Amino acid sequence: MDTNAIQLAVPPFTLAIASGKGGTGKTTLATALAEAAGIPVTLRDCDVEEPNAHLFVQPQWHSHTEQTRPVPLIDAERCTACGACAKLCQFNAIAIAGGQSMVFAELCHSCGGCRRICPEGAISDKEVVIGTLDCGTQRKNPAAPINFMQGKLAIGQVMAPPLIRATKNIAAPEALNILDCPPGTSCPMITAVRGSDFVILVTEPTPFGLNDLELAVKTVRQLQLPFAVVINRADIGDTRVRTYCDSNNINIALEIPWKRKIATAYSKGDSLCDAAPKLKEQLHTMLQHIMHREEMA
Amino acid sequence: MKELVVISGKGGTGKTSLTAALCHLAHALPHGCVCADCDVDAADLHLILNPEVEQSHTFTSGHEAIICADACTACGLCKEYCNFEAIIEEQNGTCRVDPYACEGCKVCVEFCPAEAIDFPSAECGVWNLSTTRFGKMVHARLHIGAENSGKLVSLVRQQARKVAKQQGAELVIVDGPPGIGCPVIASITGANAVLIVTEPSVSGLHDFERVAQLCRHFNIPAYLCINRYDINPAQGDTISTLAAQHNIPTLAKINHDHAFTAAQIERKTITEYLHSDDENSAPARIRTLWATLYQRLNG
Repeated sequence: MDTNAIQLAVPPFTLAIASGKGGTGKTTLATALAEAAGIPVTLRDCDVEEPNAHLFVQPQWHSHTEQTRPVPLIDAERCTACGACAKLCQFNAIAIAGGQSMVFAELCHSCGGCRRICPEGAISDKEVVIGTLDCGTQRKNPAAPINFMQGKLAIGQVMAPPLIRATKNIAAPEALNILDCPPGTSCPMITAVRGSDFVILVTEPTPFGLNDLELAVKTVRQLQLPFAVVINRADIGDTRVRTYCDSNNINIALEIPWKRKIATAYSKGDSLCDAAPKLKEQLHTMLQHIMHREEMA
Repeated sequence: MKELVVISGKGGTGKTSLTAALCHLAHALPHGCVCADCDVDAADLHLILNPEVEQSHTFTSGHEAIICADACTACGLCKEYCNFEAIIEEQNGTCRVDPYACEGCKVCVEFCPAEAIDFPSAECGVWNLSTTRFGKMVHARLHIGAENSGKLVSLVRQQARKVAKQQGAELVIVDGPPGIGCPVIASITGANAVLIVTEPSVSGLHDFERVAQLCRHFNIPAYLCINRYDINPAQGDTISTLAAQHNIPTLAKINHDHAFTAAQIERKTITEYLHSDDENSAPARIRTLWATLYQRLNG
């Protein structure tokens, strides 16, 4: 038996790859980890505003499904313009003017309150398209296929969280469920990382990287999620990220150096594992540690 | 007064470094410029501009639901009605609200048969009016997990325009957030122009296209700057060609330079940090970019 093999976790292990700062290498790491795992993996691109993982995974697509969310449709015949819906709505998505109700769908959060409160039963759901949910498979390693899912927000749509939730919930995950998360520390990032078994925060050793890492650490600590840090482009910048991690008892799971070769491979959509085979082994080891909770803070 | 918003779609393309340099160059305008940081959930512009805070205001927006455990009868209706997976059932069947998931819609409050749910105003962040070496700056910080980032973005822009009007500044430069969703839309609607900063990679191309579509959707003139151009010039040229098809002129191609990081560590803009006569150097390219942008904004 291969002693280096990752033991299959039951139930599935959800690993979220996040960062405060954008462009630190979340997608590169998420896709490389999926490839380095050596077991069947579900990879979900939850960065629905700018989903990029598919460019590196290049899955064979088998479905593209439109995702919708409900907004109120008010039956003018039954509406008495009593204003109960407008009064309840916290997002100013319904207004009463001139004895008529008006819906501003782009402000609606799809809470369903107006439909429930209408005394005339005049409000029903109208589904509006918020994006697509795409599913596919990559079989570069036939023994360890990557089941790939992504949410893709439609242009001009404001609300990412409903689509992120859909991306997380579609299809049962494999033993390892990797989430490529959106940047930042607000609702999209939180919606994506919530409920994960472990979070990897990817950063770079620069003042911007440190500032945003500190915010991301506060976020995952408030959410009470176990986490570790990966420092990408580890040899640029300064030592303050390392000092911060050391003094806050944060585990640095891996450091990846900046190499023009890696940057160029990335620019073409090539896999990090192919561009840096040694790194693939390190990623595999890191995954083992994380999934078995060895030496992790 | 004009408003220029710097966005990128993809994060980490150099938006903030470039914005800071533009703020430096725009400071030479007769009445200066006003800088605004609208990346309210991962703001970094202050790390270069080093603002001295003059005024700090709490940003309160919306409400949050809080279940009073003593009054909860464990009926579970709130959980059934919540569309945001924000109600967590305790072992004894009573419920509590996960503040990070609650969107403040009031449905649970309204329908709780025991009237056990409070609905206080939510403090979502702070915003500051500050002074920097390049003039006034408006910046903000959304609390962790707080809602209403779009409203905070709109508030920052509104305050920046107000300050610009007061001092007679002809330009507001906005550092925008990544992505194409709520905070980005709040950052660009009604602006005079958008500068898109991208990088020559497959991701850069993909994200540029989505941002370009967004600018067209909201009918805002856009310009392109390709950062780290020499990492993959062919890919850079592909993006440039695509941009032209979207009527987005490429105003600058800037080569990869570790000096951006070195400048950041010294809390300087690249145009302050690096002095070079080479017309291909990053500062020279940015000066040309600024001159062209200024011309287009006033053309």
